[in-house]
Amino acid sequence: MRKTFIWVALFAAFALIAAACGGDDEVDVSDFRVAIVAPSASNDLAFTQSIVDAVDALGIDPAVTDGTFVVEDAAAAIRGYAEEGYDLVIAHGSQYGGSLVEIAPDFPEVSFAWGTAADTFGLDNVYSYEAASDEGGYVMGVMAAELTETGNIGVVGPIEVGDAKLYVDGFLNGARSGGANATAAYTGSFSDVAAASETAQAFASQDVDVLSGTAQMVVGAVGVANDVGILWFGTQANQTELAPDIVVASQVYHWEVILEDIIQNVQDGQLGGEVYVITLENEGLVIEYNEDFDLSDDIKDKAEEAIEGIKDGSISTG
Amino acid sequence: MTIEDVRRRRLLAYSVPILAVLGALAIGAIMLIALDADVVKGFSRLFSGAFGSTDALIETALKATPLLFVGVGITIAFRANVINIGGEGQMVAGGLLSTIVALNSPDMGPFIMIPLVLLAGLAGGAIWGAIPGALKAYYGVNEILSTIMLNVVAVQLMNYLLRGPLIDPLEIERGTRIPQTERLVESADLPLLFGSGRLHIGPLIAVLAAIVAYIILWRTPLGYRVRAVGQNVDASRYAGIPVKRTIVLALTMSGALCGLAGAVLVFGSEGHRMVTDGSTAGFTGSAGFNGIVAALFGGLHPLWTIPASFLFGGLLVGGLALQRAVQVPSALILALNGLVVIFVVSADRFRRRLLERPPVVIEENDDNNRNEVATAAVAAAEPTSGDHPEGGDS
Amino acid sequence: MSELFTQAAIVAVVAGGIRLAVPLLVASLGETFGQRSGVLNLGVDGIMLLGAFGGYYAVLQSGSPWLGLLVGIGIGFIMGLVSALMAVTLKAEQGISGIGVYLFGLGFSDLLFQKWVGTPRPIPKFPKLDIPGLSDIPWLGEMFFQHSVVIYLAFAAIPLSMWIINKTTFGMNIRAVGENPEAADSLGVSVSRVRWSTVTIGGTLAGIAGAILAIDLGIFQQNITNAQGFIAIALVYFGAWRPLGIMLGALLYGLVNALVLQMKVLEIIPPDWSDIAAMTPAIITILALVVVATRFSPPSALTKPFTRGA
Repeated sequence: MRKTFIWVALFAAFALIAAACGGDDEVDVSDFRVAIVAPSASNDLAFTQSIVDAVDALGIDPAVTDGTFVVEDAAAAIRGYAEEGYDLVIAHGSQYGGSLVEIAPDFPEVSFAWGTAADTFGLDNVYSYEAASDEGGYVMGVMAAELTETGNIGVVGPIEVGDAKLYVDGFLNGARSGGANATAAYTGSFSDVAAASETAQAFASQDVDVLSGTAQMVVGAVGVANDVGILWFGTQANQTELAPDIVVASQVYHWEVILEDIIQNVQDGQLGGEVYVITLENEGLVIEYNEDFDLSDDIKDKAEEAIEGIKDGSISTG
Repeated sequence: MTIEDVRRRRLLAYSVPILAVLGALAIGAIMLIALDADVVKGFSRLFSGAFGSTDALIETALKATPLLFVGVGITIAFRANVINIGGEGQMVAGGLLSTIVALNSPDMGPFIMIPLVLLAGLAGGAIWGAIPGALKAYYGVNEILSTIMLNVVAVQLMNYLLRGPLIDPLEIERGTRIPQTERLVESADLPLLFGSGRLHIGPLIAVLAAIVAYIILWRTPLGYRVRAVGQNVDASRYAGIPVKRTIVLALTMSGALCGLAGAVLVFGSEGHRMVTDGSTAGFTGSAGFNGIVAALFGGLHPLWTIPASFLFGGLLVGGLALQRAVQVPSALILALNGLVVIFVVSADRFRRRLLERPPVVIEENDDNNRNEVATAAVAAAEPTSGDHPEGGDS
Repeated sequence: MSELFTQAAIVAVVAGGIRLAVPLLVASLGETFGQRSGVLNLGVDGIMLLGAFGGYYAVLQSGSPWLGLLVGIGIGFIMGLVSALMAVTLKAEQGISGIGVYLFGLGFSDLLFQKWVGTPRPIPKFPKLDIPGLSDIPWLGEMFFQHSVVIYLAFAAIPLSMWIINKTTFGMNIRAVGENPEAADSLGVSVSRVRWSTVTIGGTLAGIAGAILAIDLGIFQQNITNAQGFIAIALVYFGAWRPLGIMLGALLYGLVNALVLQMKVLEIIPPDWSDIAAMTPAIITILALVVVATRFSPPSALTKPFTRGA
């Protein structure tokens, strides 16, 4: 019994502290407030950074809860930001959707954006957004096929799912359309830098001279490519600074293109119900060339051709 | 030494883990200052986010649930002197098996579906616990290593199943290929306690599990065997206890509880489906590790693990609130979590020392005094009782 | 399948296996010292992460990989002292205190990285050293003698460890303390001093392993070790607490990994099977542990804190 008493007393103490501390939120009404919940670090030069940069680009300083790979923690964060009255809460992870469908109805006044996904669950306060990353992948695959001298091209993938699979398949198809022998190898992890690096080494041993890859672990593969002189195509963010000598181009996600629309809609009172896709067409996807890489006009023309073909539908990336 | 002295020492002993947590938080405060964050605001949100409102208390209870399951599971293994570091993999195994059952059985209504999926979770975790148990008992493979390796196997199995055979058909149709199942059958949803809101019956099941574990450990022959093996293998063998089978059973029960935690995570989650981000922690929230700390925090006693899990869960929930309030990188919360573990474990020696039996033995009518059931033979053969790592309430 | 048996593929698998093995080897050797003296340190991965960040940051600032290695040593040394304080003096439960160090290292290395560096930036790696004469041998040269300098140093640490453990007084004390601390104590060996030294050696080597990993990859990222520290601990058991056994274990683990990756690249393992294939190193390790455990037993006092007269 005595122990019980001690615990009760401790709880009471905590509760008192808690009560004394509660309710001290300042409310900021002047600006449009955006919160982002994302699975990897906000400086990953990849998926999470792309959304943080996009919100920054719109002149908004977002609240960020990054590194939230635990789905239930992400759900708590999404709920928390909604409770704190943010105007737009961005759930930047495919895996958060199942939670969002339960949370959003509890906060009819708050707008949510979920990506990358193509479903708003029929809720009128949820937007969803995705990237047609296969498009840029295809274009860069076309360039890769032009650049390869050995005819062998490799892609370092993480796990064969979602956005990663979309990009990898697009890249492979683009490369194959140019007659190259293109192969993808999935390491089995998004974060295993050493495995990504060794996969690049394995590709190098097979006379591969152009590589690409996706997910945050590819920084290891880029390093290997740099050492052995393999060309690299990046995606999600501009990876030129990782290896200025060998990065040819990167497909960069400019979510701001669609975020601008979403924010405009929210301010006009429409809180959701639409699916947005960034594409080459709407310039949410941009192929950014490495200025310092000497890429022939011939190949740039081929890339432009592929971009136009994808835009007008004459080329299918699938 | 008088009974009063003993009581005072006990009071002090129980405050040791609390002091340890405060010590860790003090270092956290220094880190916040170094990051130019508002310390007062941060810490007030830490506490209010964990215990400051009904919603906060509910979040804390939900966060504490897997910790409690794992903590109790760890306690059972620990009592047999087996360290189960495989909670992460066992949770994944439990989540997977319960998901597979839910996906493949006809909808038989909540009264059958809920027990069915929970039992499946139990079974999944039990299998994942029995493997290292058998490897240890019959081949002498250290359980710390085999459980760590089985965590690796479990995560890849999860990724394979959720990406392949178990994936939501809609994900393939749409081409989005998110590695998740479809929303699982509604009748298997854990019922909400007040009909609405977030609080489901998971925390109650966990508390019940803790009570059952307590009864098994201290009121059944099986529990007696587990504790006897934990205290002295040779003496137990001499006393005719089937040591190997007991070790396998202890790890199986331990795994079963972790598996139950996995099932509760799936069927009590907001999404009511299983989804992977490619890592174990993405599913478990590191409860397989943090549950160990909760167990230690509760003095490796199933009943004390209940409030310990609640406090530790509160710390984790509060940490998330702190991060949102002062906008520091989430990595800080992880570091803080580590510091809390380090401080609690390191301070445990002082708690044990305060609880050590004073020179004049005073038998108290303490319902959790483990010596009351230890046989004379085992106790006599025990060489290092004061130093035993399990550090119970002796 | 035939593509696998070409010179290019075989050489790449062996060379890759060695590269993957080295951080594991160094961390495992360090852990061996602690375990031989009776202390299990589960915090290796956390120390590796801190050493990896420290090493990376030092190279980023100075441009010198060697300075990075030095910082890795320093951080490992400090974390080794902290681990020793917990495990030896405070007698913390060894299976658990390490988890705390792991979580701390995982979070703190990422925190510092985000605050001080921002996005991943490449750093210069250790120089490569082609061993004169040997590196020109067909097949073998490329497999064994065209590596970065630290890789040779790591392998040189194996005979050194064997000599310390088996031939020196210090090594004798380590073994005595690990097998029978009471007897060692009665002969005047300070159990706690020996254990403080071994755990600190272990921490230092874990720090070095982390620094080698990050500097040889030329990059840092959150959780760059990807739980290699835990594999390193398993390898100590695998190697039956003997440096040569540990070397074999680390090489086997590295080779299996490299082989699986090469088979993915060659499409012998189709993408659809990539996760199943990723389990193989862990399953092989478990099977190998079964074989080892039936033949060797751990130091008797492993994980048991020592109190005089208890």
